[in-house]
Amino acid sequence: MELFNGGQISLSNIPALAVEEFRGHVLNRCHEDARLVNLFGALEPNGQVRLFAILGQDEEAELEILSTFIPPQAPQYQSLTKDLLQAHLFEREIAEQWAITPAGHPWLKPLRYHSNYRSAADIWNNIAHKTIPGEYPFYAVASEEAHEVGVGPVHAGIIEPGHFRFQCHGEAIMHLEIQLGYQHRGIEPLMAGPDLKRSMLLSESIAGDTSIGHSTAFCEVVESLTGCAISARAQAIRAVALELERLANHIGDLGALGMDAGFLPTSAYFGRMRGDYLNLLLSLTGNRFGKGLSRPGGVLFDIDAKMADDLCSKLKKYREEFQDVSDLLFTRPSVLARFEGVGTISLKDAKEIGLVGPAGRASQLECDVRMNYSSGMWQYHHVPISLGATGDVYARALVRRQEVVRSLEFLLRILSSLPAGEIFVQPGPMKPDTLGASMVEGWRGEIMHVGITNSIGGFARYKIKDPSFHNWFGLAYAMRGQEISDFPLCNKSFNLSYCGHDL
Amino acid sequence: MLKILRTRFKQGCRTMLFPKAKAPALPSRYRGRPIIAGQGDSIDLGKISFSPDSGIAYSNDPQMATSKREDLIISKERELVLARALNDKMLRIFGRSLKLRQVSAGGCNACESDINVLNTPVWDLSRFGIQFVASPRHADGIVVTGPITRNMHEALLKTYEATPDPKIVIAVGSCAISGGIFSESPQCSKGLNAIIPVDLFIPGCPPHPLTTLDGLLRLLDRL
Repeated sequence: MELFNGGQISLSNIPALAVEEFRGHVLNRCHEDARLVNLFGALEPNGQVRLFAILGQDEEAELEILSTFIPPQAPQYQSLTKDLLQAHLFEREIAEQWAITPAGHPWLKPLRYHSNYRSAADIWNNIAHKTIPGEYPFYAVASEEAHEVGVGPVHAGIIEPGHFRFQCHGEAIMHLEIQLGYQHRGIEPLMAGPDLKRSMLLSESIAGDTSIGHSTAFCEVVESLTGCAISARAQAIRAVALELERLANHIGDLGALGMDAGFLPTSAYFGRMRGDYLNLLLSLTGNRFGKGLSRPGGVLFDIDAKMADDLCSKLKKYREEFQDVSDLLFTRPSVLARFEGVGTISLKDAKEIGLVGPAGRASQLECDVRMNYSSGMWQYHHVPISLGATGDVYARALVRRQEVVRSLEFLLRILSSLPAGEIFVQPGPMKPDTLGASMVEGWRGEIMHVGITNSIGGFARYKIKDPSFHNWFGLAYAMRGQEISDFPLCNKSFNLSYCGHDL
Repeated sequence: MLKILRTRFKQGCRTMLFPKAKAPALPSRYRGRPIIAGQGDSIDLGKISFSPDSGIAYSNDPQMATSKREDLIISKERELVLARALNDKMLRIFGRSLKLRQVSAGGCNACESDINVLNTPVWDLSRFGIQFVASPRHADGIVVTGPITRNMHEALLKTYEATPDPKIVIAVGSCAISGGIFSESPQCSKGLNAIIPVDLFIPGCPPHPLTTLDGLLRLLDRL
């Protein structure tokens, strides 16, 4: 059954297949030209768990949704992961949230270490009582010459916690296992609570550096479920904020990459320039991360003619500064020597892992929600997909540089022709027994929120997918065969979200 | 080399003059210290998320850090008491050199990012002798963000214990102070001061870098 970005579908219209058929269909489609965009479970009133798969055909801009039921008396099905790597984390998440065993899953460990959501016995017996890493083995290499390096959860910088376990032979990394879950706040069940206002605030804190991306996705889900059409002006203001968020983060990342390559001038300049964009968000929304801007039905802050002019003139100035400093970064031989050929992921591997966002585009994967599943302002103003050619740290840096330039162009274009209209309309009640979905191209890649309503029009289930969920495995994979001293640089080139993954 | 020098020249010196001169004015939409509407109203700065549609009116004043948890609860009768300086003994030890270790315990990365910003040239935190260090063993105190998730509880305590005495503890953001919007989650706790003693509370979601800097400088008796 077809689904649109920002669309809704009655639960009874979503095809329900037998488990084997479901599995076969997902595998067939993903081995042809589709991609696993989402795979998650939701509890039915009768105690069954309904698994939903959302498949994306990026080139045709089509989303397909299908489902299957897993009965509580036999909570098991044949794992997809052994035939489809993209399903790896999704299946571990399902196993943890719903106590359903994907039989034959090659590395079935908990993700976030919490007890399951259907009050059944967990499939791991110590999960809710031990803190991470519990009693689960790390992938290990046994040899007298091999050694293991453990880093985290508390890292050296001001960043979020996660544990990294390297299996090394001398300097060379044979394998990296990334253990997250430390940031788990239980946000999905909280989001499905009765108070939409609280869910709204929570969505702004799923990942604070992606407040705009996630809050936009939440608003679009509620708008799809209430049938609320927001004005073109509100869409434009959301787009402005989303691009400002992208600019701030991409520029910050370029600074951090310079820092890890040992080139400090650009890291100081980019670090400051990142703040310029956060200050623009502050003057627009009253918060440096854009919290408080979007609400279901539109936005709370307008951009008047004076502010639009002011934004345009500042952005033009910032564009010049950016060109200057990025020229400095990208022409330093010592920087390029560190960037090139490190942490390479081929197009084939990127597809197999299911990378999204700049990390995927750096490997020539044409994935960008703004183009492939365009909604809102992006239907009228196109931002070309920025592709890298080499799949290494250099390509991931270059994609960010291109995207900064293109985002600035896009902003200057829409700020000079903001559509007229009310910025906010009050949405009505949500439709009962319906599924609404929204995709947003956050600065890290494809964000997807799915809301499922119960028979009285409240949320029965709320599913959040941060792009990092697809990409963490990509980082681990990119490190194979690399030197351990390349890890910080490679890590920065992905710059993934811990709390976006841990929820 | 010439290119580096040319860019350096173009970039100029960007470090703000605060605290020697007045802090830069914040935009009118910025939501700082709340304005109490009437008698009997009270607002807990450590709980609110400073959202524009919460029915609270906000001033443009970023100064909000306090020394005590109860000082964050303000009303017409109880005005905000800004953070006091450390005692003389502590000031002798930390007044001119304070090394901090940051622990994110479920923080959404907004608080973390805006603490990090203090290290950029505009803020240049190191000019006050304050520095974020890589190990708790090198630190004089810890800065905690996030609603202290169940999975970070142990790592937080270990970091705290690894920091040599005497030490200070700073809670940054509504989540660290009270659990914030996550306080009802079984995976989160209801505030840092129920777990370890806290010396400085910096409210906000996230606090503006000026709020954080103001709090740190008050603690070190620099304001």
